[in-house]
Amino acid sequence: MTGDASRRAPGGRAASAPLMGKATEPTIFEYSAPGRRAWSLRTTGLPEWSAEELVPAAHLRAEPLALPEVAERDLVGHFTRLSHRQYSVDLGAYPLGSCTMKYNPKVCDEAASLAAFRDVHPATPPVGAQGWLQVLVELEEALCEITGMAAATLQPAAGAAGELTGLLLMRAWHELAGERRTRVVVPESAHGTNPASVTLGGYTPVTVGTDARGLVDRAALAAVLGPDVAGIVLTNPNTLGLFEEEILEIAQMVHDVGGLLYYDGANLNPILGVVRPGDMGFDIVHLNLHKTFATPHGGGGPGAGPVAVSQRLVDLLPGPRPVRVGDGYGFATPPRSIGRIHSFHGNALVLLRAWCYIKLNGGEGLRRVAQVSVLNANWLHEKLRGAYDFPFDRPVMHECVVSAASLKRETGVRALDVAKRLLEEGFHAPTVYFPLVVEESLMIEPTETESPETVAALAEALVSIAAEARAHAAAGEHQPAHDAPRTTPVGRLDETRAARKLVATFDARERPAD
Amino acid sequence: MGNFVPHTDADIAAMLEFLGLASLDELYAVVPAAIRLAGLDLPGEIAEADLVAELDAIGAGNRVGSRALCFAGGGAYDHEVPAVVRALAGRSEFVTAYTPYQPEVAQGVLQALFEYQTMVARLSGLPIANASLYDGSAALVEATNLAVATTGSPLIWCSQGVNPRWVEVLRTFARGSGHAIATIGLAGGVTSFDQVPAGRAGAVVVAYPNYLGALEDLAAARAAADRLGAHLIVCQDPIAAGILHSPGQFGTDVVCGEGQALGNPLGFGGPYLGLFSCRAEHVRRLPGRLVGETVDVAGRRAYVTTLRAREQDIRREKASSNVCTNQTLIAVTAAIQLGWLGTEGLRQVALRCARGTRYCRAALLSIPGVEPVSEAPVVREFAVRAPLAPELIVERLLEKGFLAGIPLREGFEGTDVEGGLLVAVTERRTAAEIDGFAAAFAEVIR
Repeated sequence: MTGDASRRAPGGRAASAPLMGKATEPTIFEYSAPGRRAWSLRTTGLPEWSAEELVPAAHLRAEPLALPEVAERDLVGHFTRLSHRQYSVDLGAYPLGSCTMKYNPKVCDEAASLAAFRDVHPATPPVGAQGWLQVLVELEEALCEITGMAAATLQPAAGAAGELTGLLLMRAWHELAGERRTRVVVPESAHGTNPASVTLGGYTPVTVGTDARGLVDRAALAAVLGPDVAGIVLTNPNTLGLFEEEILEIAQMVHDVGGLLYYDGANLNPILGVVRPGDMGFDIVHLNLHKTFATPHGGGGPGAGPVAVSQRLVDLLPGPRPVRVGDGYGFATPPRSIGRIHSFHGNALVLLRAWCYIKLNGGEGLRRVAQVSVLNANWLHEKLRGAYDFPFDRPVMHECVVSAASLKRETGVRALDVAKRLLEEGFHAPTVYFPLVVEESLMIEPTETESPETVAALAEALVSIAAEARAHAAAGEHQPAHDAPRTTPVGRLDETRAARKLVATFDARERPAD
Repeated sequence: MGNFVPHTDADIAAMLEFLGLASLDELYAVVPAAIRLAGLDLPGEIAEADLVAELDAIGAGNRVGSRALCFAGGGAYDHEVPAVVRALAGRSEFVTAYTPYQPEVAQGVLQALFEYQTMVARLSGLPIANASLYDGSAALVEATNLAVATTGSPLIWCSQGVNPRWVEVLRTFARGSGHAIATIGLAGGVTSFDQVPAGRAGAVVVAYPNYLGALEDLAAARAAADRLGAHLIVCQDPIAAGILHSPGQFGTDVVCGEGQALGNPLGFGGPYLGLFSCRAEHVRRLPGRLVGETVDVAGRRAYVTTLRAREQDIRREKASSNVCTNQTLIAVTAAIQLGWLGTEGLRQVALRCARGTRYCRAALLSIPGVEPVSEAPVVREFAVRAPLAPELIVERLLEKGFLAGIPLREGFEGTDVEGGLLVAVTERRTAAEIDGFAAAFAEVIR
């Protein structure tokens, strides 16, 4: 840190967030009063035919469909109070590994609220949607430059949808060559969506292990490769935050048996403008625009998962695709398209935000994004030395994976307890217990948008939690971390009860099934 | 440089020094030199104000509002979205959160999803609804996956009245799953269930109302499914639900649908919302997230994602769905919109759509040369045929400030529906607007 940085307040620490109390918020159904209303609709001047005149008796609903009946003021109060019970990037740092919870620029949201984009019907013919088509074509071109690929589909609505699309492209490619390959290689450290997508793509996943360095075990890979292997699904950097430095050799091995390389773009952030999947030898790439390109995560979507491909796969892409036509824009369906994978053109308003983000950063800015994300992660990693175990003690990319295994052995405080204790310190928890190859793992991704002061405060909190656990263990005292979190709207939840005695709707609560 | 990176040059120098590095490039020492880039071939950064100006210029190439008064539907509808719904759904606590992996600090999203699930279950008439899927087509794909997994039969009998783009998506994903998609044709605008030959199948799929706006016989659909030992999947329109029976009344196994109409803008097709609900016996094969109610250590009511053992991050290659990120914010938006509408508001929207539909259909059919594609009762949209290709009607009416509808081509090749125009009327269309539309329609086909 420079100057008096140690006295500067960390902008990403949320410990001061005000809350009015510990009462729970009733559901909206409990506010409902018959006859109360918020709705109002346009005066149309149409004849006021009754439901009985409009709908055949055999189809007419007998009982009204019960929905909450509330005043607008109470609707606002309810959802505003719910929002106060929710952590978010805007509130503070969100170092959830593998999720790239960076700051989401506000102007991108404002762009998506412009009527000229927001109110366009997706079936508008190209002549009435030139602005949209220009944005989509330019986004595709920028993503191709960033990934080193030839063309892309913007239709997949999320990363997992992109994965499955990529696997269907892989299948179609081999089928065109008259081949029926059956297996796809997936590293054991892969995201859970990878093996699930492989299965849905009609393939059998084959797992390869991790070597002592935390990288793909090349000997194990060589052992499983063969003429029945359709390809490999890789994340680079991998889920341990480590760059697969032998990627060129791996690509050669897979291509030698006629397989394709699929790039899971979940971890693209640290390599923007530094190295491209296409140059590493990948044939198919999906991107998570809600991670790398700062579109808001929305509490778990909407995202966008475009899929870019090398030249030899372009004719297989889903259609219709936005394309340049003369001086303007139109749609075209590739000649051997695998078909649609979305009702329309994908999560367009998310795609527009990503287009804005790329414009705002420019090529150089994106490279700086990558560099600083790696700088923050390595700095944080180094600060945790001694407090937590380093299962793979090497420089990392955008995130680091440390282990609470020794801490647990010495103090009984597990990774889960560390996560819950961190919430009390005003930070969202890291990802815990993933990747599965590391015992008691904490996967921490600070992202480039957290300041050095925030990263320092996060590191300090994590170190002090470990120190606190060791001190209490040495003194034979009860571990505060086991009671954490104590400062949040609710404490630890009875998850077993939630699963055993399922109450998934308000109506199930009112009338228990058992 | 880097509008959203807080680090000063001095910060970067100090952090590099701590790591014993001389430059940012050294962070990438492990990347093979042969493939390291000097930079990207992209333009330089632009200022926010310049971006806004560029958006205004590019946006002028899109026709909206009075330049394209909306009479198009087909799964995307121009419904009222009030300021209060945009304001609440735009709260940054909802917008900038992620999947509620730490429920103690995610009660806001979790409770909103619990309320959403309750409302979707009431719409469908089934007891369980998930926390959202990508869109109507994705919900249909997941519904058929559930049906095939449960029944053991990979054959899907799909009505030709189901949104043809959704059926195309179904066919795309069937390339991986190996499912067989067979079509049940239409007669007089509704599904001819007696066409289905005897045998076994995994699912019968029908839409209510169907793509042409017509009301299908769900009891006949259930009977057809029973003959085949199949699940019944109903694609339900959540707005028309305000005046129509719930599919759950007919023994439907899975109800799926497109939830865009519940508070979300047209947005050139996304992000939309996949609605999914099912019978209780199918809950362990439910795709996507499910929120359940429980208590915390102090006995306070609280919410958490539950039955997680179904999901891909735990079950991996044995998971029946790969869904991770879905459409949470759109689901929260739908819950807020349904809260704004309430019981009577939803009924009014449905009723007013049906009134506009009847009025507009009569207005178009009074034009010489315009004919109905079918006489089946409609409530949501309708199809007509005119002595001019529907693509040309749409093109010419756009010049007059109307988005006339969607040409009926893909999915209807060789049928009496092909070449028709699908027209939708929502509660936002006034009698004057419809009269103007009909007058312009008459002009362009003259």
